[in-house]
Amino acid sequence: MSEVIYMGEKNKKLSEKIEELSGEKITLCEQCGICTTSCPMADDMDITPAGIMRYSQIGDERVVDSEAIWICASCFTCTVRCPRGIDLAKVAEALRELNLRKNVDHIDVNHLDEELNELPAIAVVSALRKFTS
Amino acid sequence: MKIGVYVCHCGGNISDVVDVEKVAEFASRQPDVAVVRSISHMCSESGQRAIIDDIQQYNLDKIVVSACSPQFQGETFKKAVAKAGLNPNMVVMANIREQSAWPHHDEPENATEKAKILTAMAIEDIRKKEPVEKVTLKMGKNVLVIGGGIAGIQASLDLANAGFNVYLVEKKPTIGGHMAQLSRTFPTEDCSSCILSPKMADVAEHPNIHLMTYSEVLEVNGSIGNFNVRILKKPKYVDEDKCTACNKCTEVCPVSVPDEFNLGMTMRKAIYLPSSTAVPHSHVLDEDACLGLKPLACGLCSQVCEADAINYDDMPQYINLKVDTIIVATGFDIFDAHLKPQYGYRKYRNVINALEMERIIVEMAEGHVIRPIGKDIAFIQCVGSRDAQVGNLYCSRICCMYATKLASLLKRMDPSREVYVFYTDLRAFGKGFEEYYRTAQELGVKFIRGRPGELAEDPESKKVVVRVEDTLTRKIIEKKFDLVVLSVGLVPGEGTVKIAEMLKLPRSADGFIKEAHPKFRPVDTPVEGIFVAGCAQGPKDIPDTVAQASAAAARAMSLMNKGEYEMSPIKAFVHEDLCDGCGLCVEACPVDAIKVAGVAEINVAVCKGCGACISSCPRNAIDLRIFSNEEVMAQVDAALRDKKPGEKRIIMFADDMCTYTLADGVGTAKLKYNSNTYIIRVPSSSRVTPEMMVRAFEKGADGIFLGECEAAVSPYPDTLKVIEENVKKAREMLARAGIEEDRIQYSPFVTVMFKKFVALANKMLRMAEKYGDIPEEKRRRLGMEKVIYHE
Repeated sequence: MSEVIYMGEKNKKLSEKIEELSGEKITLCEQCGICTTSCPMADDMDITPAGIMRYSQIGDERVVDSEAIWICASCFTCTVRCPRGIDLAKVAEALRELNLRKNVDHIDVNHLDEELNELPAIAVVSALRKFTS
Repeated sequence: MKIGVYVCHCGGNISDVVDVEKVAEFASRQPDVAVVRSISHMCSESGQRAIIDDIQQYNLDKIVVSACSPQFQGETFKKAVAKAGLNPNMVVMANIREQSAWPHHDEPENATEKAKILTAMAIEDIRKKEPVEKVTLKMGKNVLVIGGGIAGIQASLDLANAGFNVYLVEKKPTIGGHMAQLSRTFPTEDCSSCILSPKMADVAEHPNIHLMTYSEVLEVNGSIGNFNVRILKKPKYVDEDKCTACNKCTEVCPVSVPDEFNLGMTMRKAIYLPSSTAVPHSHVLDEDACLGLKPLACGLCSQVCEADAINYDDMPQYINLKVDTIIVATGFDIFDAHLKPQYGYRKYRNVINALEMERIIVEMAEGHVIRPIGKDIAFIQCVGSRDAQVGNLYCSRICCMYATKLASLLKRMDPSREVYVFYTDLRAFGKGFEEYYRTAQELGVKFIRGRPGELAEDPESKKVVVRVEDTLTRKIIEKKFDLVVLSVGLVPGEGTVKIAEMLKLPRSADGFIKEAHPKFRPVDTPVEGIFVAGCAQGPKDIPDTVAQASAAAARAMSLMNKGEYEMSPIKAFVHEDLCDGCGLCVEACPVDAIKVAGVAEINVAVCKGCGACISSCPRNAIDLRIFSNEEVMAQVDAALRDKKPGEKRIIMFADDMCTYTLADGVGTAKLKYNSNTYIIRVPSSSRVTPEMMVRAFEKGADGIFLGECEAAVSPYPDTLKVIEENVKKAREMLARAGIEEDRIQYSPFVTVMFKKFVALANKMLRMAEKYGDIPEEKRRRLGMEKVIYHE
């Protein structure tokens, strides 16, 4: 069964928000996929980097809740390879920010014990930043 | 002086907004006006008839047509007055449609007032106008074609067949260019060198073509009708006429070096035939590779040459030519894949570029296996094209199709091969291209939509690992290939860059030579008499190249065939009694049209009529025909006449190519801007001197705006710099008189910047309103200010 995405005001708003927060023109992405094959973490992502760009272009909320944006290691390889000159790392950061603004606690920093060893460092940093910024 | 003024209704386009009868009545009260009429359609047969009849009946000697834009109907009325026996310069148009009725359609009273003033400006302009003689130039029939690829070959043959005298210069020892290296051509799969070699032979045999291979253009001076060219003919050490290409010299030559024709994948000797289809069909001795000529170290080749064609004492020759036109066909280079190090070109043994693949296939067809190519072959598209990371934003246009072709050929040769093409967008836009793409798919070529980030080499098998996101399934796929072919894009050739600099041809942002107009003058360059064809102008396939070459040949013929060439009469001229020969104008001229011999002299063949020289002259000794200081200032005066206290008038100088066209576009789109803006058409705003700006304020202007073409589209080089300097000087004078400096503004435009135009025009008015009227006393003080010339 194929899914139909009904494009509405919500989609438009999310795309605009991502552009505003990242400062990047996401409509520039031509979906070549060079980011995905350049990404050292792509194999572990639920949405590929090029997919993240696609979801962002159509303003699909699922990109904000994706695991991929937390798996991103911010290594910037995508950024230096993008033939359209898009800074994908900034887009990922914008998406993380949007996720955090939802105020959903995935990690309770006050009760981190044995989980600490398993969590990606970026997740801990982000969780802590929520309380400091 | 008897002037006839004709006010057009434009079938309601004007008369629905502007009260044309009031404009006509106003015109009848202007000095020297003898006849005034308002007519429904001035441009119609009957409208033109009215002008012609009146000229004959009332002996009118000057005509003003208050109607639409002179860019739209200017030529019509020039022809009409010429029919009646007047000089074509004896008509001026007041643009009351695009500049009044349309942009001010919701304020009819203001539109009518503005139409009156625009008409008065035209009347004052024509009162100062003098008949202007045609500027013609004698033209011979000699053409220099630079570059002997398919573009240069086609252009040379067309011109030579039409009876013109062609000098074809090629830097390599043979003509043919890249086309001679290709396997087959898409989409027909013709053998490339087979269809090219008859044309190459035609060039060699044509009595009207003087072929100079192994030669370079060193220097070009002069201008259309009189280009002086200096050419270096490098020594070949083999007499082209005597050599029979028997190949004995090559057989005995002990030196081997990489063969350029096969991109270094095979070796050639120091004395060699450049290719099997070389034209001229003669060997050449590579002096850098030879064991030694002076003194002679080896001499084996000479001993075996039965034709006695080898001459070790050959010397470089310098040839001077005089030609009337030039065609630049200097071609392209392939993108250097080293600039994408992540693809491992020349680092991984099994990564090659597409031109190397072409040569491998050609050699294979002739039974020479240059290198193994294996079963699994991948093509990677857009290498060096459409890539901000290497600064090439453009599509190279041919790679999709040549990869499709090479993939098809490989698949046909051995259907058990697996051939993949990794692409981002597949562009099959040409005639027969889409069908050809389909044929490749039928053959089983696999097209995968995805761009690999990097390639890796399997350390043992030396196979190349391609890892790519199939963006259609959103899955990452990985496969090992025996060979990866990089579909490299096209970049401006080294020769193209060199020749562009030598001939002062501007290049567009992509680095290729810029055409004079992207739509209507696609093979002309902004330099009169120089044309461009083929990949020197931008990436293109063979049919487009040939079409362009024929077009360039036809354009060159149309200039030369009449024996004389009529130039635009807008040219700088010198008041010899005022000129003291200081030479400041020489430096100011962006096209080197001025030289000083006692007094300044203008080379009308070179002068493009921008007027950038005028403001450089401290003695007002240099001026511009048709747009002289007097003619322009007469319009300024008329635009500011009878200004009431508190009323605001802004003078906008608009360059003809961009700003004036833009203002017409804004009017046509019925976009509104204030009716206080009065536009004066000039070839370039650089002809507006600081003195003129200051005089305009003295006469009551509240603001001055100068619009100019953006440098990238301007027909004149560097005028924005002149404008900047002029504005600076004028602002200094304003400041000394205590007047706000920013009453003078300028901006570059292109013809589509509608919003920017409206915003800037309105901003000028808001500023004038904010500052209020310039007090009488300050204007008097300004009248005493003089331009201070720096340096």
